[in-house]
Amino acid sequence: MTDSIINIQNISFTYGDGTEALKNVSLKIPRNEVFVLFGPSRAGKTTLMRLLNRLSDLQEGATHAGDVEFAGQNIFNKNIDVIALRRRIGMVFAVPIPLPGTIYENLTFGLKMAGIKDANTLNERVETSLRQSALWDEVKDRLDDSAFALSGGQKQRLCLARSLALEPDVILLDNPTSGLDPISTSIVEQSLTELKKQYTIIMVPHSVQQASRVADRAAFLLDGEVIEVGGQAQIFLHPKEKKTEDYVTGRFG
Amino acid sequence: MNRQQTQTVAKVVITAVAAIVVIPIIYVVFYTVARGIQAISWDFLTQFPTNGMTEGGIFPAIVGTILLTFGTAIAAIPLGISAAIYLAEYATENRLTRAIRLAIVNLAGIPSIVYGLFGLGVFVLFLNMGTSIIAGALTLGLMTLPIVISTSEEAINTVPQEFRVVSYSVGATRWQTVRYQILPQATPGIITGVILGLGRAAGETAPILFTAAAFYVPQLPQSMFDQTMALPYHLYVISTQVPGMPLDIQFATALVLLTFVLSMIVVATIFRTIMRRRREW
Repeated sequence: MTDSIINIQNISFTYGDGTEALKNVSLKIPRNEVFVLFGPSRAGKTTLMRLLNRLSDLQEGATHAGDVEFAGQNIFNKNIDVIALRRRIGMVFAVPIPLPGTIYENLTFGLKMAGIKDANTLNERVETSLRQSALWDEVKDRLDDSAFALSGGQKQRLCLARSLALEPDVILLDNPTSGLDPISTSIVEQSLTELKKQYTIIMVPHSVQQASRVADRAAFLLDGEVIEVGGQAQIFLHPKEKKTEDYVTGRFG
Repeated sequence: MNRQQTQTVAKVVITAVAAIVVIPIIYVVFYTVARGIQAISWDFLTQFPTNGMTEGGIFPAIVGTILLTFGTAIAAIPLGISAAIYLAEYATENRLTRAIRLAIVNLAGIPSIVYGLFGLGVFVLFLNMGTSIIAGALTLGLMTLPIVISTSEEAINTVPQEFRVVSYSVGATRWQTVRYQILPQATPGIITGVILGLGRAAGETAPILFTAAAFYVPQLPQSMFDQTMALPYHLYVISTQVPGMPLDIQFATALVLLTFVLSMIVVATIFRTIMRRRREW
């Protein structure tokens, strides 16, 4: 575990209404693995994810304590460039939200905002990211169609491609298969195997079953606390903690 | 009465009350059209008034109202939309923003004659603009600001929060998010609000009474520092100040003003409908 790309140290997070969403969470995320954050609702999974690329800044009145180191830098450091951070830590949300406009515009928006204007570079990033998210064959002839014309599963892969187009280091996947049918789900799950060669993936899974299928490493969260962290086999086959075992075997949750 | 009957009675009463609201509006429009339409002619629209305004046309008043409306747009739109963007996207909820919002609500409630006096004091006298198109346009612009701000802010707030989150998540700055995601989506609502605000400004008499309007000017304004005739003020003048004024000319003038204002509202409504239909979310 020497090569961790993200080092979460004693993070606590409280929303503006006083809800304590995270309590003293510490985690090390290794490079080029699928790291799964799982647990029942209100465990703090999404809150933790949104903290990592500081989308949590949008929460008015929320406060946090603790540090997150990303690539050796504290992301809460005053001098950090939050915009650059978000380009390096991409995010895919539970509900796929295309931006108004075409498929092509969706994929190039982040790049254009970063000042990349060269058409060849843009085209190349569009194709690469669509191939990585297994969407290229389905949309290569209709890149100028509205992104809203895609099916649910296609929209979600478009959102994945939109993050990948920025060539980030880390991708946060917040329950990316929540609204998808089993076939779309399995396409997304399969693409993770390819993606982790190039990216570090942090994912909130749809279910314990999905967690055990895709995880290299997993953390079980409950009420804002980390109960147990370990490799796939430890967490899903031989959990050390009683609570983890109860949850994984379906005794609660 | 059983529930079915209560239902019927309620429906009848509510329909009747709604009709009471609609009837006067329709009546005013039809009456104005009926009384004014005979006097409308090409000459009436393109000629200067003659013979102590009892004959001839209302051309300079039409031109004046168009100029004042344009001036109002130039004064109110940049300021109003900027303020709306600030309130909707940048301001955090605190005492200052609450004070700003309260001020906007109050601005909307100020009687238009008070705007007229304010314009006289500040633009005409203090800033030495004289009775002029620019003084009138600024006064009308000020009066239109609250409408532009509140409708624009509402249009911006209607854009789903998700688009902002996604935009930030792919590394867009706040301004880039506003410029490339929020404003394009909010534009139809903003334009609708602006047109409605301008429509109201175009029909106002009191704000231009001391700031821009002239009883009679024998030529069209040469610059924005000239005073001008304007439809609402002209209507006021010929209805109260000119003895022996033919009634059909008064109603024809009213009809032109009404058409001008109503057509702006119709354009705004059609535009909004088209843009809503084109919207993808």
